[in-house]
Amino acid sequence: MAGHTTQLDAKTLWGGKESPFQTSYGKLMMWFFLVSDALTFSGLLIAYGFTRHDAQDAWPIGEETFNSMPFLGHGYPLLYVALMTFILIVSSVTMVLAVEAGHRMDRKGVTKWMIATIIGGFFFVGSQAWEWSHFIHGSEFGKIELADGSQAIVKGHFGEIQNFTVLEAGKHHKKGAVIKDDLMHSFQHAAELGHLKDGKIRLHDGSIAKINKAKDHEMKLIIKKSGAKHHIGDKAITGAAAEKMYYEALYSGDANRVVYGANMKQNEYGPQQYAQFFFFITGFHGFHVFSGVVINIIILLGVIAGTYHKRGHYEMVEKTGLYWHFVDLVWVFVFTFFYLI
Amino acid sequence: MERDDLIEYSLHNHHDENQGKSIRKKILQVTVLLTIITTVEVILGAMIKQNSNAWAYVKWSFIIMTLVKAAYIVMVFMHLGDEKKSLRNVILIPYAIFIAYLIFIGLWEATEVSAAWKSFGF
Repeated sequence: MAGHTTQLDAKTLWGGKESPFQTSYGKLMMWFFLVSDALTFSGLLIAYGFTRHDAQDAWPIGEETFNSMPFLGHGYPLLYVALMTFILIVSSVTMVLAVEAGHRMDRKGVTKWMIATIIGGFFFVGSQAWEWSHFIHGSEFGKIELADGSQAIVKGHFGEIQNFTVLEAGKHHKKGAVIKDDLMHSFQHAAELGHLKDGKIRLHDGSIAKINKAKDHEMKLIIKKSGAKHHIGDKAITGAAAEKMYYEALYSGDANRVVYGANMKQNEYGPQQYAQFFFFITGFHGFHVFSGVVINIIILLGVIAGTYHKRGHYEMVEKTGLYWHFVDLVWVFVFTFFYLI
Repeated sequence: MERDDLIEYSLHNHHDENQGKSIRKKILQVTVLLTIITTVEVILGAMIKQNSNAWAYVKWSFIIMTLVKAAYIVMVFMHLGDEKKSLRNVILIPYAIFIAYLIFIGLWEATEVSAAWKSFGF
């Protein structure tokens, strides 16, 4: 920074009275806290690296897992996370502008830039919520266990389910009735339970209905667990062969052959640890962002009240700025090691 | 009682409008740089698949680009570049040594564990 006008020789500096680092106690402690927090995050990312290195090819690839955009659907690999990264970088920039304004004792400037930072923070937390929701609900195809015992993730465009036509009456539905509500949910639920057989679905109430569904497009099966016939690292299975294998398995009538989305026990993307690392690392980071936003709001209130102006300096803004930049810094690494590589 | 042992270092940190202008210019430059690096990363990631021969180079370029981004964030945004050299060293050196060791031991052990599982037929 500009300033530090008083130049002292090393002997005077380390002899007491002056801080040898010529930094205030608060700022120094913030740095030490950030170092310890950085160690925590590094530990988590290295644990992730350990597990991934150990699992080798079974591990999911970021661009296969995260390829959706809000309102636009599938087929945009990593674009959304890139956007999140950009939002966080921009909010880091507005924070550093707030600190700069503080050094000029420009209270209006500090207020303006801090508000911008807080808005950016909320956008990021919101984006992460969307990402989590998407990750938990999963894709329309899910992960499927094929006839030979291998497991494959499925890419492509899922043909819409138009309706179910009841063939055998159950408790609620009469024969010949056409069901149009909650189709996807019933379909996936039945698939997990093994209630799909030969193009027909057994509904909650015991009625059996024919599934009327549009054709899928560009289906691709990527093997993530080796079986008797298909192995990890094989070329992806595409076209009619993929569709045949997928629907043979889906309509086999066996339970637990398909997994949709993610929970603490299983996920459709890859090994079980993958989802756990996803939840823990991005969750821990998201918690940091959220607490950063809260701290920023508290400091903003101080700025508006004029507390720091009276004090003669805006060091509090600088200290919370350090924390906020650190959150951005962590995300840069999470982005690379969780999503890109 | 007025304390005379508290030195308000932050009072030294003030700068005038002209200095502010050049600092803001630098912030803008770093912003553009960080955005460009992120864009390059995403384009590279979309273009080159993990099973391609060039992937190893792409992976290392990702790691280098990340470290460049991190360096700019820490040195410019967090002003560590403007702090005293002794403070910079106290923060960076112990961290770097510890993490380098942890990365080494993590990946080394993972390789061994992976080999052990394979020898059991998994």
